[in-house]
Amino acid sequence: MLRMASSFPEEVLEHVFSFIYDDKDRNAISMVCKSWYEIERWCRRRIFVGNCYAVSPPMVIRRFPEVRSVELKGKPHFADFNLVPEGWGGYVYPWIAAMATAYPWLEEIRLKRMVVTDEALELIAKSFKNFKVLVLSSCEGFSTDGLAAIAANCRNLKELDLRESEVDDLSGHWLSHFPDSYTSLVSLNISCLGSEVSFSALERLVGRCPNLRTLRLNRAVPLDRLANILCRAPQLVELGTGTYSAELQPDVFSSLAGAFSGCKELRSLSGFWDAVPGYLPAIYPICPSLTSLNLSYATIRSTDLTKLVSQCQSLQRLWVLDYIEDIGLEALAAFCKDLRELRVFPSEPFAQEPNVSLTEQGLVSVSEGCPKLHSVLYFCRQMTNDALATIARNRPNMTRFRLCIIEPRAPDYITLQPLDDGFGAIVEHCKDLQRLSMAGLLTDRVFEHIGNHAKKLEMLSVAFAGDSDLGLHHVLSGCENLRKLEIRDCPFGDKALLVNAAKLETMRSLWMSSCSVSFGACKLLGQKIPRLNVEVMDERGPPGSRPESCPVEKLYIYRTVAGPRFDMPGFVWTMDEDSALRLS
Amino acid sequence: MEGVVAYENDLNLKATELRLGLPGTERNQEQAVSCARNNKRPLPETGDQNGGAKAKSDAPNTPPAPKAHTVGWPPIRSYRKNSLQQPKQTAAESSVMYVKVSMDGAPYLRKIDLKVYQGYPELLKALENMFKFTIGEYSEREGYKGSEYAPTYEDKDGDWMLVGDVPWEMFMSSCKRLRIMKGSEARGLGCGV
Repeated sequence: MLRMASSFPEEVLEHVFSFIYDDKDRNAISMVCKSWYEIERWCRRRIFVGNCYAVSPPMVIRRFPEVRSVELKGKPHFADFNLVPEGWGGYVYPWIAAMATAYPWLEEIRLKRMVVTDEALELIAKSFKNFKVLVLSSCEGFSTDGLAAIAANCRNLKELDLRESEVDDLSGHWLSHFPDSYTSLVSLNISCLGSEVSFSALERLVGRCPNLRTLRLNRAVPLDRLANILCRAPQLVELGTGTYSAELQPDVFSSLAGAFSGCKELRSLSGFWDAVPGYLPAIYPICPSLTSLNLSYATIRSTDLTKLVSQCQSLQRLWVLDYIEDIGLEALAAFCKDLRELRVFPSEPFAQEPNVSLTEQGLVSVSEGCPKLHSVLYFCRQMTNDALATIARNRPNMTRFRLCIIEPRAPDYITLQPLDDGFGAIVEHCKDLQRLSMAGLLTDRVFEHIGNHAKKLEMLSVAFAGDSDLGLHHVLSGCENLRKLEIRDCPFGDKALLVNAAKLETMRSLWMSSCSVSFGACKLLGQKIPRLNVEVMDERGPPGSRPESCPVEKLYIYRTVAGPRFDMPGFVWTMDEDSALRLS
Repeated sequence: MEGVVAYENDLNLKATELRLGLPGTERNQEQAVSCARNNKRPLPETGDQNGGAKAKSDAPNTPPAPKAHTVGWPPIRSYRKNSLQQPKQTAAESSVMYVKVSMDGAPYLRKIDLKVYQGYPELLKALENMFKFTIGEYSEREGYKGSEYAPTYEDKDGDWMLVGDVPWEMFMSSCKRLRIMKGSEARGLGCGV
């Protein structure tokens, strides 16, 4: 037998491995044999931890001593919709503290849904001399003081991206902490900040950073300052405007139009808060080369939206409000043949009656006209099984399909039947479907379809659906690639969970809230499967103070090699051997 | 007793009608139609941390009042909900209004949606439930008597005010965050200036 593995010197293997970036590939390499595991772990430069509680900082550091880039995710996805109470966890500080000593050459930190404090930011600023990239996506817990520390100390910073984070906005002064000698900025996203930064500091910063390619401004930057900023950065590829509203003045318009025309590399636009139609023509000259357009804050109506998208023949991604209406989506289908991703958000999510004419027809049109469309997020107020089946047949290449019908449990509005068959068609035709969010009136049958067909499905979101445990059982037993399952307000209880307990160790996480899982079943799961953390969240008080058969409010189960966590707030309990005994 | 006789003949049932809802709102006919159309099954208890939401969802709605919402539904990020409002728009026109609530001595803060409550009594009850304490009796003269806690809020000017002094609508439009003060600091607020 050829012993190939030992015939290559380490340096050669290491060199070969250096061309391999994907985590899954790296993981596969590390499992070939012991020596490959050793070589690989010393040269892995980038790690991704999808659940920060699945592993502990010391464990990561012990195995991978030379990491340059770290990505961590914290809270469950439903935290985006206020279903996870404040104080739940996801603190990044322990990670930063451990990495400050272990990875002095760390360059990149990317965090999603984590609690980041000013102390953590200050520690980053002073610990990593070559720090380059900070991305805080949907994070919270820090203020503009923390940002000031980053700006003042990170000499080699290339990227500062605060997308969708909740920042304690003390003042806009932090931006002025970038020293005059600092010129390495490549990407800046401050669109989530409320307060005004100093415009002159912003202009000077933009002007002295020749490699700046992404600039996402916040709402506080008025339209009449935009031209000056653009003129200082004609090399921009991605721009987020501030408020896109001002009194119509010819000189303001013409300098804006001129500035946009000067940005020959511009491919992505966003911002457009409070957009007024009168200033839209300023971007017409660059529309044909745009690949990405985020109009989801623009309160412009279908006529102007239609005129706009009709000029964007290269468009690949569109995020827009439902003001676009079916008629605008028909234009999209006709003119934007390269469209890959569409997201339509509701302009009045809480209104009882529809305020716009956006129906299932708009989505059907786009599915017909755009052959590359594979990623959809669509909020609407009505749907039919026929429309879903048509979409499925039109777009078997769909990989992400998220539908939200505003009214929970809304049936097919023509036949008044559940939407089981419609979603059944989606999973049957779209064989590469990775992510699915369902909506409307759904019985156990839809879960049977999903279990039978959705073999590549990795993430499933379910709300107000199903009749019994059978529904959950179909999904857990049938979806071989399922990694994340989030469920709210469904009549799923103990049986399906206990029967499929082993499945849970093959998944990243399971969230169930307002379902019928009993405290007793949670304890059982926690006891039986050691490498799962079974966390019960209940604001009514300790679950042990109620009968075992009483359903828990919220349940979050995730696999981990780090054991139960110790940073839980008072309303979260871990079910394991020890605590189960304590609580009973 | 003439007045009484006249009253009885009038059968002024409306005045004595018991129902949930803001005074002056009429039950919306469309409400009944939309319920039938949707084949709605009753929603299960959604374990809602805002306390007052259940009461509100029973209330009949008339447009343009925002629909009473289940927590986290529709699944839209709060920054997205908030940014749909014009910056000059008053709090009255927005459909949600989350503010942070801190309590002296508690290790972490909470968040509540003020829009869910119809007035001070509901709000105070919800705070009592959330933090497991009792607020005293409110009087204009002495603030909250009979408890070591006092509910306060930070207004637009950055000042800390006692909850309950101003009309509810004015409070809603000026409240930035809440703090439940404890002990001597709390008593200080109650005893004049």
